[in-house]
Amino acid sequence: MTAEAVRPQALSELMTDTLSDEHGTSLWQGAMQRLRRNPGAIIGLVIVAAFVLLAVLAPVLAPYEPATSEWISEVTPSDVPGRSPEHALGLDPFGSDLLTQLIYGARQSLIIGVVSTAFGLLGGALLGLLAGAFGGWVDTLVMRIVDILLSIPALLLAVSVAAVMGQNPLAIMIAIAAAQVPIFARLLRGSMLGQRRRDYVLASSSLGLRRRTIVMSHVLPNSLGPVIVQATLTLATAIIEVAALSYLGLGAADPAVAEWGRMLVKAQDRLQSDPHLTVLPGICIAVTALGFTLFGEALREALDPKSRR
Amino acid sequence: MSHSGSPVRDQTLTKASTRQPVNRNEVLLEVKDLSVIFQQRHGRATRAVDKVSFSVKPGEVVGIVGESGSGKSVTSMAVMGLLPSRATQIAGEANYRGRNLLTLGAKEMSDLRGREIAMVFQDPMSSLNPVIPIGLQVTEVLTRHNDISRADARGEAEDLLRRCGIPDPGRRLREYPHQLSGGMRQRALIAIALACKPALLICDEPTTALDVTIQAQVLELLKELVNDLGTAMVMITHDLGVVAGLCDFVNVMYAGRIVESAPRRELFAHPRHRYTEGLLQSIPRLDAPRGEPLTPIPGTPRDVIAWSKACAFAPRCRHAADDCVVGDLNLMPMGRGGHQVRCVHPADAPDPPQEIRR
Amino acid sequence: MLRFIVRRLLLMVPVFFGLSVLLFVWVRALPGDPARSLLGEKATPELVARLNAAYGFDKPLLEQYVTYTGKLLQGDFGTSPRTGQPVLGTFLDRFPATVELSIAALLFAIALGIPLGYAAAKRSGGVFDFLAVGGSLLGVVVPVFVLAYLLKIVFAVGLPGQLGALAFLPASGRQDPRIDATHITNFYVLDGLITREFDASWDAVLHLILPAIALGSIPLAIIVRMTRASVLEVLNEDYVRTANAKGLAASLITRRHVLRNAMLPVLTTIGLQTGALLAGAVLTESVFAFNGIGSYLFDAISSLDFVVLQGFILFIAVVYALVNLVVDIGYGVVDPRLRTQ
Repeated sequence: MTAEAVRPQALSELMTDTLSDEHGTSLWQGAMQRLRRNPGAIIGLVIVAAFVLLAVLAPVLAPYEPATSEWISEVTPSDVPGRSPEHALGLDPFGSDLLTQLIYGARQSLIIGVVSTAFGLLGGALLGLLAGAFGGWVDTLVMRIVDILLSIPALLLAVSVAAVMGQNPLAIMIAIAAAQVPIFARLLRGSMLGQRRRDYVLASSSLGLRRRTIVMSHVLPNSLGPVIVQATLTLATAIIEVAALSYLGLGAADPAVAEWGRMLVKAQDRLQSDPHLTVLPGICIAVTALGFTLFGEALREALDPKSRR
Repeated sequence: MSHSGSPVRDQTLTKASTRQPVNRNEVLLEVKDLSVIFQQRHGRATRAVDKVSFSVKPGEVVGIVGESGSGKSVTSMAVMGLLPSRATQIAGEANYRGRNLLTLGAKEMSDLRGREIAMVFQDPMSSLNPVIPIGLQVTEVLTRHNDISRADARGEAEDLLRRCGIPDPGRRLREYPHQLSGGMRQRALIAIALACKPALLICDEPTTALDVTIQAQVLELLKELVNDLGTAMVMITHDLGVVAGLCDFVNVMYAGRIVESAPRRELFAHPRHRYTEGLLQSIPRLDAPRGEPLTPIPGTPRDVIAWSKACAFAPRCRHAADDCVVGDLNLMPMGRGGHQVRCVHPADAPDPPQEIRR
Repeated sequence: MLRFIVRRLLLMVPVFFGLSVLLFVWVRALPGDPARSLLGEKATPELVARLNAAYGFDKPLLEQYVTYTGKLLQGDFGTSPRTGQPVLGTFLDRFPATVELSIAALLFAIALGIPLGYAAAKRSGGVFDFLAVGGSLLGVVVPVFVLAYLLKIVFAVGLPGQLGALAFLPASGRQDPRIDATHITNFYVLDGLITREFDASWDAVLHLILPAIALGSIPLAIIVRMTRASVLEVLNEDYVRTANAKGLAASLITRRHVLRNAMLPVLTTIGLQTGALLAGAVLTESVFAFNGIGSYLFDAISSLDFVVLQGFILFIAVVYALVNLVVDIGYGVVDPRLRTQ
């Protein structure tokens, strides 16, 4: 016997009022709500959006073509021309328009960041899923490889790969990706192992679902959150690491190419006469990396079900 | 809220010499219209505790019974001053020996805690610091509130552990929480709480996290200790069985308010509020005929409406009627020994009114 | 405990084995023939021939690998064609400098980071919290060498105009050559203390300040965030509630109950920073002409000196693994839950 059968009218009305206030939220919906209220997330997102727009719309936004060294004649060893009506920010040490270089630099950074993160993610995911899905000796073997890769600091790993592959953009991207592979591998393997023991996986497999189906439709979607968080943070690291690699002399051979790290490094000897040549690309790198990091961290906090915010 | 007729207990009052002697007839703790409101994100506010009043006499054991969400734990935390200060509004009074705890400064409050009023919490594993030895966790209370050397404190700590039924207490002093079993940890926590012989002990579901066999032992221990020390106790629980064996006076809470309060025997003999009735009826009985279905309280604690609009229990009540949809029901005296009930259609009412069905 | 150490040391073996194989393959993957790659610009036919004889590049791969491993185990990491010095010898010579710098950087990061992280946790959600975390993030996103350069310009070389007064620190090196300091251990600060040449010690400290701040910027950021997260978690724990219920003094609760538990994950993090510190050292030392292995590696990379690179990677892997082992042991000592298992 339930109470509903004899509930007075006035009471039923009151109850429906209360119920309509409630609504369940999924993990992602909850995360979205929390993100919206997080100032770090909003700032990060704005920066990321601005960066992406700048990169994508570079040909439209930039006043000139990049890396043309058209005005090289105006550059002297002790002075680089500053602001003028034709050049909003002046020239760079190689005679190109500084503003154009900066804008196209965003494009370079975006490409390198996205591609290297994608490579790192794919490589890591492959290794991690293999290890997690099959367990046993496969797992041990893969984890030994990951350990070896992790026993070298990321920068040195990137340097080694870049040294082998020569001085071209693809080499840089693979080099940076190489250092990220073990991180993603560990992440995905951990996720898989964690999910494997969950009840819903046991239930699925007792229902006779094949391993592949379980992985694809159950485990992967649940790992998505941490992977996205790591990917945003990796993007931030990639942008900085490109600068470091340029500083070490690796990376594209042409010194005039529009890439922030390269611009920063090549301007260092002019730090006292024309500090803006170093500072401006430096700010671009720092702000962009900051944007991705803020957003990634905020996303991590928002997705954490234990978050007590 | 007065109640006569509570059995006088044989009290051996062993108090620290610096403390005022306790007047047997003076009320130890008087909670008046205590309210706690939590401000949640985007403007929503939850009334966890809604104008709750009760009192505790020296040596008395008062029970607060309720489900999760009834506000019973928050009440005790508010009295102890352990609620976070951010996003929390507390109103009302909690008078301990005449001083309102809710208005005391931090230093004065921390002087009282552990010394005059102590608390035992629900989960013994998480309530102990995992990285320092048990002995230190006991002696630090002693050295904080008493002028005592560390060596003496250690000796006393050992005595306390032994008194609480922990075997080989000397060795235990040096051990860490993870090396003890659940029951022993709770005994250690009780030892810590009673170390300075407080006048009032608040126990928040002290046995819920323990094995059933250990539960009985721990309750026995509590009973024995409060008898010997003359400590008053507030026992917060959802389990009426615990109340039956231990308490002198019982308050039943639902959705932040007290819905029934009575001396123990009176409550069990003549439960009036439908919720209390439901609780008693839902206890499975060993002597019931086989195959007889259980009678739970229908619905869940989330099927609730605001007290300001109607009786909050009405959605789950089999006897709900139109006149239950009235805001701010008051507690009415109904029975013996200070028995009060907040109900329009209570059980066993002398003149049951006409129940109007839809 | 001993078993734990032995087991960890044994686990390191397959990792080094794998690493050495990887490096072996790596040198042979470099464009061109191995001898030329290793020699770089200095490749003359006779040097190439000599290298071939020494490393046996013309012999079958397996034999090459055996020779290579044999040399490694003997401590022969090769000789740099650039400097003509044995690689391992130069490492050991310059290692103390980097260790000194790393310790200084860590001290800076810890001394500033833990209090900041703790304060941010206590004022969680407020402006200070946001600023502390955001500010420390700057330490991560500003490339280390940029920060190093900026610090050098502002505090050592001097800005034009009035701000130039801020430049009171030395711009380069580990010690002022005018102070005739005696060096025993190669840890300059320590040396000064041992030989009672306190001015030399102090001078060494001054030279450490700017590079340590630059290098420590990344560990600082991470320590601030880790401490904040850890303290926040601990503040919500039941045993802190118990401590409050006991009426203990606030400072005691902070010390004994909050910090002692919150510091455990932070300690591990600090240990894990070693890798980042070494990488950072490569980028920082060169800016300050600081003669540690970082600047040695920097030169090697810039001139594509693969002998040094190869040796360095192995060396670093060993150091890194040992530091991690020490951290794990330390963790086991500090957390009693691990001790009794």
